[in-house]
Amino acid sequence: MALPELHRFTLPNGLRVVLAPDPSAPVVGVSVHYDVGFRSEPEGRTGFAHLFEHLMFQGSESLEKLAHFRHVQSSGGTFNGSTHPDYTDYYQVLPSAALERALFLEADRMRAPKLTEENLRNQIDVVKEEIRLNVLNRPYGGFPWILLPPVLFQTFPNAHNGYGDFTDLENATVDDCAAFFDTYYAPGNAVLTVAGDFAPEAARALVEKHFGDVPARPVPVRPSFAEAPPKGELRAEHTDPHAPMPAIALGYRIPDPVADVEGYLTYLVLAGVLTDGDGSRLQQRLVHRDAIVVDVGAGCGLFGPLEARDPDTFSITAIHAPDVPSERVIAAVDEELLRLAEEGPSAQELAKVTARWVSTMHREHDRLTSRTLGLGSAELLFGRAELLYELPEKLAAVTTEDVAAAAKALRADSRAVLLLKPAGDVENDENNGGTE
Amino acid sequence: MSAPTTHRSAEEIGRTERGPRPLPELGEQRAAADLSSVDVELSNGLRVIAVRRSSVPLVEVRLRIPFADPADSSTGSAHAARAEVLANTILTGTATRSRVDVDTELALVGGELDAVVDPERLAFSGNSLVSGLDTVLDVLRDVLTGATYPAEEVERERARLVERIRLARSQPNVIAREALQRHLYGDHPFAKEMPEAEEVAEVGREDVLALHARAVLPRGSVLVVVGDVEPDAAVRAVDAALGSWTGEGTAVSLRPLPPVQGGDVLFVPRAGAVQSQIRLAGRGVVRTDPRYPALQIANLVFGGFFSSRLVENIREDKGYTYSARSHPEFTPGGATLLVDADTASEVTAAALLETRYELGRLALVPPTESEVDTARRYAIGSLLTATSSQGGLASFLVNLAGLGLGIEWFTGHPDRLAAVTVEQVAEVALEFFAPSAFTGVLVGDADLLAPQLRSLGGVTLP
Repeated sequence: MALPELHRFTLPNGLRVVLAPDPSAPVVGVSVHYDVGFRSEPEGRTGFAHLFEHLMFQGSESLEKLAHFRHVQSSGGTFNGSTHPDYTDYYQVLPSAALERALFLEADRMRAPKLTEENLRNQIDVVKEEIRLNVLNRPYGGFPWILLPPVLFQTFPNAHNGYGDFTDLENATVDDCAAFFDTYYAPGNAVLTVAGDFAPEAARALVEKHFGDVPARPVPVRPSFAEAPPKGELRAEHTDPHAPMPAIALGYRIPDPVADVEGYLTYLVLAGVLTDGDGSRLQQRLVHRDAIVVDVGAGCGLFGPLEARDPDTFSITAIHAPDVPSERVIAAVDEELLRLAEEGPSAQELAKVTARWVSTMHREHDRLTSRTLGLGSAELLFGRAELLYELPEKLAAVTTEDVAAAAKALRADSRAVLLLKPAGDVENDENNGGTE
Repeated sequence: MSAPTTHRSAEEIGRTERGPRPLPELGEQRAAADLSSVDVELSNGLRVIAVRRSSVPLVEVRLRIPFADPADSSTGSAHAARAEVLANTILTGTATRSRVDVDTELALVGGELDAVVDPERLAFSGNSLVSGLDTVLDVLRDVLTGATYPAEEVERERARLVERIRLARSQPNVIAREALQRHLYGDHPFAKEMPEAEEVAEVGREDVLALHARAVLPRGSVLVVVGDVEPDAAVRAVDAALGSWTGEGTAVSLRPLPPVQGGDVLFVPRAGAVQSQIRLAGRGVVRTDPRYPALQIANLVFGGFFSSRLVENIREDKGYTYSARSHPEFTPGGATLLVDADTASEVTAAALLETRYELGRLALVPPTESEVDTARRYAIGSLLTATSSQGGLASFLVNLAGLGLGIEWFTGHPDRLAAVTVEQVAEVALEFFAPSAFTGVLVGDADLLAPQLRSLGGVTLP
């Protein structure tokens, strides 16, 4: 894939900037990635990074409450923000005439957000509704992203629920917000990405105009969240009051994507060989041949690949009929992993995965929102926005032997096993590994 | 926490020496490049729309086959179950390809292809590297003209479908949608979005083959290709691949729906729910109706985007909900306005009250010039951003084609929106957003909600 044009520079206040011009459609994307996610929130404040993300939309020195939304939308644009383990992102995608406006909006809240008691209380209520919607009131809510980490990890940053529990959310104070902002939302702790229809020199001038006088602040030293891989197989059960069928999540540790991106990407190829398409190993075995699961999936990262630093998770998940013992599903997965470890995938299996990834990367690039966010997160986590464009080539370089070795490294004696049981199933009900 | 021992207060953070700054004006907007496109009917009756968008070396393919139940009532009809099994097995075998062959061939050209069915249509959605267009079209030809529905695939997918239906019906969203459709349309086939497990269990391979022969027809269907390919060349490729797809008659469109009448909201109990689904519905207008642009703007002002009255009230002011929205759904021969919100049990009745209040307010207190302008610019801009990718444009165009419209509706729409006046918005708001024009369903825990809903009124309780 031809490398699209990228420009990068750093403002005197430390803000890193990536410009990715592309005139093919008269639209622009603007995003800011802050180098803090829910792994950094303190004990007793689970869910705080996400709650704080909501507050960043609630006004700033030049913008009344609701003004941010109105200015983006009345410019014909869309917006959102999301909180990940290691970063929090904010974006606008708009007709290109609104580029300066989008930069102004992001700069204003980077410089001086309005953190008020009234807005904090209101957004705690909104976030609780979000959690009811996505977790508490639906089947398989938080499966596996909330439920698997406390089984696989031992330390609070890696194990806790990033949505937070209601008590912690209710205990949040405006002063917590001020401390969090001053610590983590410094310009030197952020990456600004502008992608789409603009002239690079003009965009650079606008970035300097609006972000140039955001005062520099100290950038926190990023702590290591490293912890040892599990010794033995760690098991837990979770009872889901809404789920009609049991489910399984297997969690494994994978190489550090920053220190060893090639090693990490081998697992991305492995995931494709295991579950991408009707011809993949686990689809064939579990869905079609044995017919013991309804659906099966595998992947790197509980939010998607390459969106967290070390330690990251490889997961295999399946929903199965109540009359199929979970051990039977796990044994079949282990057999297929063993077979791959011994024989490796065929050249054709690798070619399939690689071609689909090339196509996927092009498609992501074509959607301005995913392109803008992908460039920004790659720059923040890896210091290389262009990694996005190098992925197809790196994935194509993964060999049969690499994938066999990766399959071999997914060891049963160093993994987490989460069994999700419908509430109707009473066996082992006392051992509830859940977080609700 | 690695927070510093000292930090500024929230007040200090929220102000600078220079003070508030003015919002920059919008710059000059460059127009989107003209799309080169072709819209033709092949000799077998298939309509083909091809559009060149060369941003990335991919193609997107969408095929829409009207696939309605010809019966007047879904009661006693096996159509929904047969159609569901057909959609889940049509890609699992032909005379020359097994299920795995289909997956392998598509994967090797970076491609994907899937089929889904609903009460209106059977839809194929696919994409690949542009060099793989012929492969995708050849797989399509093969399954359209020669899907064999292998017995063991039918059997397995049937069993899996029963489980998937069970999974789907455990989702609050699905429970609410099915209840709403039944409430609005009774036994009209449009209301039956999912078959019953028993009905699926009875579907045999012969039933599926017969349905395919009778209903998978090119006449009345439309295929959209968007990508890095010349439109004429794309049409030639489609004609070469799918010209052999023939059949008697025209694909079956759903018969028109009865218009939605305002009335009480039906309460649907879901024991143990910690959150309720409010789903209201009223009558809308089709995209070709002269009032549509004004109604589109009225809907945005009401609840169609974040900066709307409903979201600002029940989310940003009162914190009753994470998600509230209103949107039109285009139905056969008409349209419905849908209003959705999910709210905690303790505030559900209050959220319903506020929703009705905002409906009444939009009908009676005309939107301001500034509200209309904000909504108008959002409508124009979001059309531009949503269709700026190949996939977004392909999906948008196939939906338009399903309503009998073409690319000229898309390119002409910004001008129609620009011409809408505040008076026109007020006029359609009074007619379409009156609380009396809406009915709907509310799903939630009966014990918690009944006393408040009874007191509020306008809700039919069990």
